[in-house]
Amino acid sequence: MSTTTHDDFQAHGGHEHHQQSFAARWLMSTNHKDIGTLYIIAAFVGACVGGVLSMIMRLQLMYPHNHIVTSGTEWNAIITAHGLIMIFWFVMPALIGGMGNWFVPLMIGAPDMAFPRLNNMSFWFLVAGFVFVMLGLLLGTGTGAGWTLYPPLDNAQYSPGVATDFTLFSIHLVGISSLLGAINFIATILNMRAPGMTMHKMPLFCWAILVTAFLLVLAIPVLAGAVTMLIMDRNFGTSFFEPAGGGDPVLFQHLFWFFGHPEVYIMILPAFGIISHVVSTFSKKPVFGYLGMAYAMVIIGFVGFLVWAHHMFVSAISTDSRIYFEVATLVIAVPTGIKVFSWIATMWGGSIEFKTPMLWAVGFIFLFVIGGATGVVLANAPLDQELHNDYFLIAHFHYVLSMGAAFAIFAGFYYWIGKMTGHPYPEFWGKVHFWTFFIGVNLTFFPMHFLGLAGMPRRYPDYADAFAGWNYVSSIGALISGASTLVFFYVLYRIFTSKEALADNYWGEGATTLEWAVPSPAPQHTFLDVPVIR
Amino acid sequence: MKRGNLSALFGLSLLFLFAHAAAAQSADPTAAADAYVNAPHAWQMWLPVPGSPMEAQVDWLMRYVLWIMTGVVAFVGVLMVYVFIRFNARANPVPGTVTHNTLIEILWITIPSLLLVVIIVPSVKMILYQADDSNPYMTVTVTGHQWYWEYNYNAVPGLDYSSYMIPDAQIQPGEIRRLSVDHPMVLPVGEKIRFVITSGDVLHGFYLPSLGVQKYAIPGTTLTSWTIITKPGTYFGQCNQICGLGHDAMPIEIKAVPLADYLAWTKQALATYTDNTVPPSPVIRPQLPLKLADAAN
Repeated sequence: MSTTTHDDFQAHGGHEHHQQSFAARWLMSTNHKDIGTLYIIAAFVGACVGGVLSMIMRLQLMYPHNHIVTSGTEWNAIITAHGLIMIFWFVMPALIGGMGNWFVPLMIGAPDMAFPRLNNMSFWFLVAGFVFVMLGLLLGTGTGAGWTLYPPLDNAQYSPGVATDFTLFSIHLVGISSLLGAINFIATILNMRAPGMTMHKMPLFCWAILVTAFLLVLAIPVLAGAVTMLIMDRNFGTSFFEPAGGGDPVLFQHLFWFFGHPEVYIMILPAFGIISHVVSTFSKKPVFGYLGMAYAMVIIGFVGFLVWAHHMFVSAISTDSRIYFEVATLVIAVPTGIKVFSWIATMWGGSIEFKTPMLWAVGFIFLFVIGGATGVVLANAPLDQELHNDYFLIAHFHYVLSMGAAFAIFAGFYYWIGKMTGHPYPEFWGKVHFWTFFIGVNLTFFPMHFLGLAGMPRRYPDYADAFAGWNYVSSIGALISGASTLVFFYVLYRIFTSKEALADNYWGEGATTLEWAVPSPAPQHTFLDVPVIR
Repeated sequence: MKRGNLSALFGLSLLFLFAHAAAAQSADPTAAADAYVNAPHAWQMWLPVPGSPMEAQVDWLMRYVLWIMTGVVAFVGVLMVYVFIRFNARANPVPGTVTHNTLIEILWITIPSLLLVVIIVPSVKMILYQADDSNPYMTVTVTGHQWYWEYNYNAVPGLDYSSYMIPDAQIQPGEIRRLSVDHPMVLPVGEKIRFVITSGDVLHGFYLPSLGVQKYAIPGTTLTSWTIITKPGTYFGQCNQICGLGHDAMPIEIKAVPLADYLAWTKQALATYTDNTVPPSPVIRPQLPLKLADAAN
C-alpha cells in the first residue's frame, strides 16, 4: 500500500492497518480520512441524483404545457426529493462530513477525531437515510409535500401510503447522523488541539465547523421533534398539527424553521471557512482581521437562531412579529458584510494567483454578495408579501446555495484534492469546469429573478405562457451546467489516472495551515507525534 | 344571385351580429372589466403594473431597496475587479503583510448598519400600512380547496361560489391558459375590500401579485389582507403554497368593475349561482394519455 512509505517516513509503525481488507477499511473504518473520503463519495452520489432531478425539472419547465413529467404528483415527488437530497446528502456531507472530517484533525494537529467509532456510525446513518429518502421518492406516488414538509399536505389523509413515512424517517436518520457528527467535531476541536494552538490561533475552517456543529446540536433535535410529531399524526392518531383535533399547522412551520434557518448557516459557514483559506493561500497573505472573521461566524450562528419566522411573513404571525423578524434578519447582513470585506482586504496588497480553487473562491464571493443582496430585499416583510414563494425566492436561495455552497465545495475540492489523492488536478480542465459552470448557473438562476418579479409561483410543473421566455433561457443554462458536470467527471478521471506526485505543500508560501506539513497524499495516520504550535 | 344582394345580406348579418353582441354585453355587468387586462407578459422583467395603492408602494419600496443593494453589489464588484488588476501576481509579485486596520473595520460595520436603518424605516412603516385592514367597504371570505377557490361575499347572504381554472383544452380566444377561471371574483373598484383567507383542506397561498396581496390559506385559522383596486379591469393571481397535484391549476381571476355594475352583478349572481350551485368544472391537470409526440410539442 502506498501509505507504507509515509508511515515509515514518519517512523510510527502502525503496521496492523496495512493488512486491512477492503471491508475492514471501508465498511468498518474508524479513520477520519477514510470516513471523510466516504462522505465525499456519498456527497458525489447525492449531487448526481439531486442534479439529475434538477435536469428533469428544467426540461419539464423548458416549455409551457410540457409533459416530461407526467403528473403533478410525480412533479411534487421530484421537487421534494431534489430539495432534501441537495441539502442533506450533498452540501452537508461534502462540507461537514467530508472536508470537515478530512481537514479538521489535520488542521488542529490531532491524530484523529475524538470518537472514531461514532464517526463511522454517523456516516452509515447517512447512507441509511439516503436509502430511505430514495424510497420516499420512488415508492407509490412518492412524497409530494415539498422539502419543507408542511402539514396538512403530508398527513395521512392527503398523503396516504408509505412514501411519506420513509421520507420522514430519512430525516430522522440523517438528523442522527448530523447530530453524532456534530458532537464529535465539538469534542475534537475543544479537546484535541495541538499544544500551543489556542482557540484564537485555530484555522478559520475549524472555527466554521465548530460553530456549525453547535448549530446542528441545537437545531436538529427541534427538527426531530417536529418530524416525530408528524409521524405520530400520520400513524398514531395524535393531532399536533390537525386543526380538527385542536392542533395547528402553523406550529409545524415554527418548529421547522427554528431548525430550517440555522440550517442555512449550517450549509454556508463551512463554505466561509474554506473560502478564507483559499483566498489567503492564493493571495499569499494571512487572512485579514482573523478575530473579526471568527467572531462574525459566531454572531451569524447566534443571530441565525433568532430570525426563523421571516420564512413565515405571509403565514399566521402578528404585525409586531413581522417587524421584529424583519429587523433581526437584516442585522445578519452586518457580520456577513464583515466576512466579504475581510476577504477583499485579504486579497488587497496580496500577490494573487488565479489557480482553479481561487477562481471558485472569487466566484463564490461575488455571487454570494448577489444572493445576499436579494436576501436583504426578501427580509423586508412588505416585499416578501409580494415575493414570498415565487421565483425571486428560488433565484435568491440558489444564488447562496447553488452558487454559494456549491462553489465553495468545488473551491475546497480543487484546493485539497492533491492532499487527499496525492495527484494534481488538470489546471486547464479545472478552469474549463469553472467557467462553464459559472455561465451555466448564472444563466439558470438570474432569469428567475425576472420570473419572480412577474409573479411566477414556485413548485409549478406548468405555467402561464407569458413565463415561457425566461423559463427557456433558464433551462438552457441548466443544460450548460449539466454539460459542465461532464467536464468535472473528466477532471476526476484525469486526477485518478494521474501518475504525477505532489510535494507536501504544493501551493507554496501562501498555504500555512498544518495539513500542508504532512505528505501528499496524507498518510493514514498523521500527528502520532503531537506537533507543537508556537 | 347578384353581387350587390350578397353584400347587402352580408352587411345585414354583420349588423345583426353586432346588435347581438351589444345586447349580450349590456346583460353582463362585468363587461367593464374586459377593457383592461393586467396579466403577466412575455419577457417581463419587473413587477406587474400596480393595480392597487399597496402594489404601488411595494413597487416603490422594491426600487428603493434594490437600488441600495445594487449599489452595494456594484461597489463590491468594482473593488474586486480593482484588486484583481492591481494585486495579481504579475502586477504585485511581493505580497504585503497588513492584516489589521481598525478604522476600516469600524467603517465596514457602521456604514452597512446605517444602510440598514435607511431600509428599515420605510419598510416598517409599510408593514403597519399592510396590516391596517380596518373599515372595509366589504369583506370576501376566500377559502382554498384542492384545487379551486371558494368566494363567500359576507355582505350578500347566500352568495358563495367556487372558481375553477379553465382546462387547457377548453381555452377560448381572449382567455389566458393557466390563469383564466370559469367564475371570477367580481369586486368594485375604488372601495376597500377585505379578504378573510382560510382553507378547507391543506395549505394554499392566496397570491395576487398585481395587487400586492399574499397570505397563506391555513385550515383552522383565518388571515386577513386587503386591497383597493384603482381601475376597472381583469387581474390575476395563483395559488402559491404547494397543495398537491393540482397546485398549478387553481388560479385566481378578479374582475374589477364600477360599484353600480358590481351591485348589478351580485343580483345576477344570486339568481344564477347561489349556494355553491355553480356546476363545478372538474379541473385538474389534464390526464392526457402520454405519448412521445406530446412531449415534442
